[in-house]
Amino acid sequence: MDALSIAIAVFDSGVRLSVPLLFACLAGLWSERSGVVDIGLEGKMLVAAFAAAAAAHATHSAWIGVLAGVGASVAFALVHGFAAISQRGNQIVSGVAINMLAAGLTALVGNAWYSQGGRTPPLDGAARFQPVTLPGAEAARGVPVIGPLYADVLSSHTVLVYGALLATLLTAVALKRTRFGLRIRAVGENPAAVDTAGVSVAALRYAAVIIAGVLCGFGGAYLSLAQAAGFLPGMTAGKGFIALAALIFAKWRAWPALGACFLFGLLDAISIRLQGVSLPWVGLVPVQAIQALPYALTVVLLAGFIGRAIPPRASGLPYVKER
Amino acid sequence: MTERVSPGRTEPGGRRWYSIAAPTDQRDDDPRMTATPALAIELVGIHKRFGEVHANKGVDLAVRRGSIHGIVGENGAGKSTLMSILYGFYEADSGEIRVNGAARRVRSPGEAIAAGIGMVHQHFMLVEPLSVTDNVMLGAEGGPRLAHGARQVRAKLAALARDYGLTLDPDAVVGDLPVGLRQRVEIVKALVRGADVLVLDEPTAVLTPEEADGLFRLLRILADEGKTVILITHKLREIMAITDRVSVMRRGEMVATLDTAATSPAQLAELMVGRRVLLRVEKNEARPGAPALVVENLVVRDAQGTARVDGVSLQVRAGEIVGVAGIAGNGQSELLEAIAGMRPIAAGSIALDGAPLGAAERDPAQLRRLGLLHVPEDRLRTGLVPSFEACESAMLGFQDEQRYGAGALLDRGAIVAHTLAEMEAYDVRPRAPLLKTAKFSGGNQQKIVLAREIERGPKVLLVGQPTRGVDIGAIEFIHRRLIALRDAGVAILLVSVELEEITALSDRIVVMCGGRITGERLPDRTDERDLGLLMAGVSDRAA
Amino acid sequence: MSAAPIELPRWADYVLVPALAVAAAFVIAGLVVLAIGENPLESTAILLRGALATGEGVGFTLYYATNFIFTGLAVAVAFHAGLFNIGGEGQATLGGLGAALVCLQFESLPGWLLVPLGALSAAAFGALWALVPGYLQAKRGSHIVITTIMFNMLASALLVYLLVNVMGRPGSMSPETRTFVPAAHVPFLHEILARFGVVIPTTPLNGSFVLALAAAFGVWLLIWRTRLGYAIRTVGANPSAAVYAGISISRITMIAMMISGGLAGLLAVNEIMGVQDRLLLEFTGGYGFIGIAVALMGRSHPVGIVLASLLFGVLYQGGTELAFDKPAITRDMIVTISGLVILFAGALDGVFRAPLGRFFASRRRGDA
Repeated sequence: MDALSIAIAVFDSGVRLSVPLLFACLAGLWSERSGVVDIGLEGKMLVAAFAAAAAAHATHSAWIGVLAGVGASVAFALVHGFAAISQRGNQIVSGVAINMLAAGLTALVGNAWYSQGGRTPPLDGAARFQPVTLPGAEAARGVPVIGPLYADVLSSHTVLVYGALLATLLTAVALKRTRFGLRIRAVGENPAAVDTAGVSVAALRYAAVIIAGVLCGFGGAYLSLAQAAGFLPGMTAGKGFIALAALIFAKWRAWPALGACFLFGLLDAISIRLQGVSLPWVGLVPVQAIQALPYALTVVLLAGFIGRAIPPRASGLPYVKER
Repeated sequence: MTERVSPGRTEPGGRRWYSIAAPTDQRDDDPRMTATPALAIELVGIHKRFGEVHANKGVDLAVRRGSIHGIVGENGAGKSTLMSILYGFYEADSGEIRVNGAARRVRSPGEAIAAGIGMVHQHFMLVEPLSVTDNVMLGAEGGPRLAHGARQVRAKLAALARDYGLTLDPDAVVGDLPVGLRQRVEIVKALVRGADVLVLDEPTAVLTPEEADGLFRLLRILADEGKTVILITHKLREIMAITDRVSVMRRGEMVATLDTAATSPAQLAELMVGRRVLLRVEKNEARPGAPALVVENLVVRDAQGTARVDGVSLQVRAGEIVGVAGIAGNGQSELLEAIAGMRPIAAGSIALDGAPLGAAERDPAQLRRLGLLHVPEDRLRTGLVPSFEACESAMLGFQDEQRYGAGALLDRGAIVAHTLAEMEAYDVRPRAPLLKTAKFSGGNQQKIVLAREIERGPKVLLVGQPTRGVDIGAIEFIHRRLIALRDAGVAILLVSVELEEITALSDRIVVMCGGRITGERLPDRTDERDLGLLMAGVSDRAA
Repeated sequence: MSAAPIELPRWADYVLVPALAVAAAFVIAGLVVLAIGENPLESTAILLRGALATGEGVGFTLYYATNFIFTGLAVAVAFHAGLFNIGGEGQATLGGLGAALVCLQFESLPGWLLVPLGALSAAAFGALWALVPGYLQAKRGSHIVITTIMFNMLASALLVYLLVNVMGRPGSMSPETRTFVPAAHVPFLHEILARFGVVIPTTPLNGSFVLALAAAFGVWLLIWRTRLGYAIRTVGANPSAAVYAGISISRITMIAMMISGGLAGLLAVNEIMGVQDRLLLEFTGGYGFIGIAVALMGRSHPVGIVLASLLFGVLYQGGTELAFDKPAITRDMIVTISGLVILFAGALDGVFRAPLGRFFASRRRGDA
């Protein structure tokens, strides 16, 4: 393979790998901009991946699978919302609980239902999402560089990939230009200001938490219905945490989130590509180092050595009216 | 006379002109409006409990339309609770709210806004990273798309600037604005929402005197236009200067409502306190010795780099009490904390007993060893640990002393015994060293702090707000203790926002404004007016 | 940990609320068991019998409890300083590395020296791995929850790298080190007792259990009976009072994180030096996360933590037996229950506290 086709293959795989990150990252963005810290992105994606695979297996419909995944993820999001908003409980603790609950329940129920060590049976046909060919992709393939770029990196993805892009656009526009977005931005910084302006803090935060649930639902469904052909226990494999890292990298903004997730997805693709490859001068590439890069970069960013990542001021704090 | 800015137009019933509310504003169709009942707001039999605390005990209040109505009372008298109920922030346990003569349920701020009530909170309800426009339209965006509402708000901001001189840059980020302008954003927020009744909670606490004057002029214009202003304060001077009528609250009850013209500060003070408290503490002539604490050109900056203490020099001699007077937030707290080693100093020097303190010694633990002790302003946030047992709070700051145990280990028996002795000496009730600190009353908590600091025989004692939230019996006790300490030769630096306390206790008074000392006085050669001018930043000719 | 504290009598705070949380977790777990077509009561019976009915079961239960005591104490010490250390997994991973390095490096040393050295090294590695997030929190203001999560991921990547590329046993397919020398082995309890003529069933229960109990006592002493513990609690309960008292918040933050990480690192003494006798992947097995449940349930008090650890030990051991008897109920059930306990004890405790608070308040008023 020549360098170009290697590059295109890596970019293509980078796009695929960044999609679940992007969904989860946007989910975290909504939640945290409203003031609810969400370290349960991982758990919500996992439960969505399972529900999506199970429903798709039962109905042979990928779309019903997505619906089930979103439903399951929103249910978990509501548990988190109830703990964080109504009960004013500790949001970190709740997030940890969501993650464990999802890991335990999916494997347990998966094993009980399918007796395949927690996996769902493999999915095929209409139960999975198939790549969509963008108009003119085949025709453009002949054009040097741009042709394959369009045909392989931009085209030939599942509809969920384009959905993630659309979600980024909607998030950016909604936050910046709508009444709802203004209120979300305000409630994450100073809920008392929103309350005294006559707007319900709890309703706004529940809305944000539900949006986070929906987005994680898509992310999870993508994992089991598009990226893989079925559910595997623990298949999120830390993606929820990388999404959290990407969110910090993006400083809680939508378009930078797209960039950060693509960067992290690309790193993942490169590390897969370089598995067992010996490069001149470097020798055997330590793929773990590349995989660990998002985490290390996030720590460096958090330490304030390169810029500063300041979260929404009220994030993590339950809203209690002051006396 | 105060100069008045003439409003552009004052058409009667022109409230809706600023209102962003939908065109179907039923208040204009309300027949009672045209009849203009004399009372804009009535509160009838308001009760509110917070757990054990009965904050409002059957409060009645009637506020006339177009008037400026003051509500005075000491801290904790229930003023803010009452107004929070009016604004729907809390729901009353019982009682009725009437707006324009009609009973209304106000269960949320949204309902209060709909009833034409606007509130400027003591702690501003603003979103700092957002622009002025965004803050003003928050909650009243006029539709799902922001662009539309933003255009309307800009037009209204321009109109308010024209008519009232309420100039604001609509694109400025609120977090970058000075305090006075932030308050202006709050007022504009209320006006843009079409408030007929404007409630201001301690609005001048954060303002410079010029800003306060400007605010009062504005309030008068609003009242002349037919709007109703309710002003919560504990400053009698403001009540006398600006209000038409005044209501006095004491311990959750409404004790009187009077025409301002027919009352006097003395009468109001008596009503506020309940009985005439002679804050003349019995004391002998001070016999000051050598300077024990000398502060020179001290500069203290906050996290944003603003100088909160800006070149302060003062000295306290052994055996005298120097009182620092000033409106809250003028650098007194930062001064105390810097001397106590809790804040880094940006410039200047501090000397104890003639020896300048190096950076290593300007550490709270080190300073304690050198005999500089500190009764901090905020007991619960700083001076104690509310969740600890009293005996553990009673060793805060002295946890390394040998009397509490040998080496790394603590001796519980010794800690409890020691606390019990201090509780006896200072009459702390109940005498329960194992009871949680938070369960003691304010006065008894303060006694725990005082016992801890005084009992160690300080050379210099820093005292911040010693009687804030303390009952009257304990106030007298605390004052006597401080005088006794002075007579024993301790140098005391006292910071209090209670002017009476300052004048009653101090041998010398320095006044701070804007981080600087604006003057120094002897207590028997000054009066409230004189000190008030200094507190307002009108500096001495001589100084 | 709840933001709006509700005043309860001490016993209710320390016993009743955690008990209700566990009960709620079990009710929901029971419903899950029902949903997958098994009988919850029968399952509970099998679980309890598996954990407690035989000497062997008890031994395994205590062996699992050892891990939970270490990680629960780790979380609790950080809690007392007002820090949320989610990094127990990573710190335990590094503890394993520390133990393995000593055990592989100093093979010629006698057991009485090698074992304590290995344990010290495990604690030191865990402490240092926790110190970095602690330092970043103290000096750079980096949120410790996020940094410890990141450090978990970094630790696992580091271990994979080392076992695959550096420390792995040559010629082996699975990424693990060679087996330690016998001197590096923490004696099993049945071996120790056999020397005194007492015969107990052969189980993985080893000397680490005694170390765990000692650590629990040590943490109690530290937190409630030493000046350092006083400083830690002051920083956790009221940071501005700590500044006033001349206690350095950044210093205490770093010290508390090191103690916390050290305790998490000791997990490796049980798993790596006590049972596996080699370093391998994923030996931490999620114990670090369950430590959060243990600390929350135990209300950050060592006695509570030991009791909570025993409960989780029963769940682990009984769950293993249960999975054997009823293949539908895998050990993932235990992860599920842990998640539920964390949820109810740590984030939804208000559900129990609010009505209890009203109940006790009305009783007080009745008394007065």
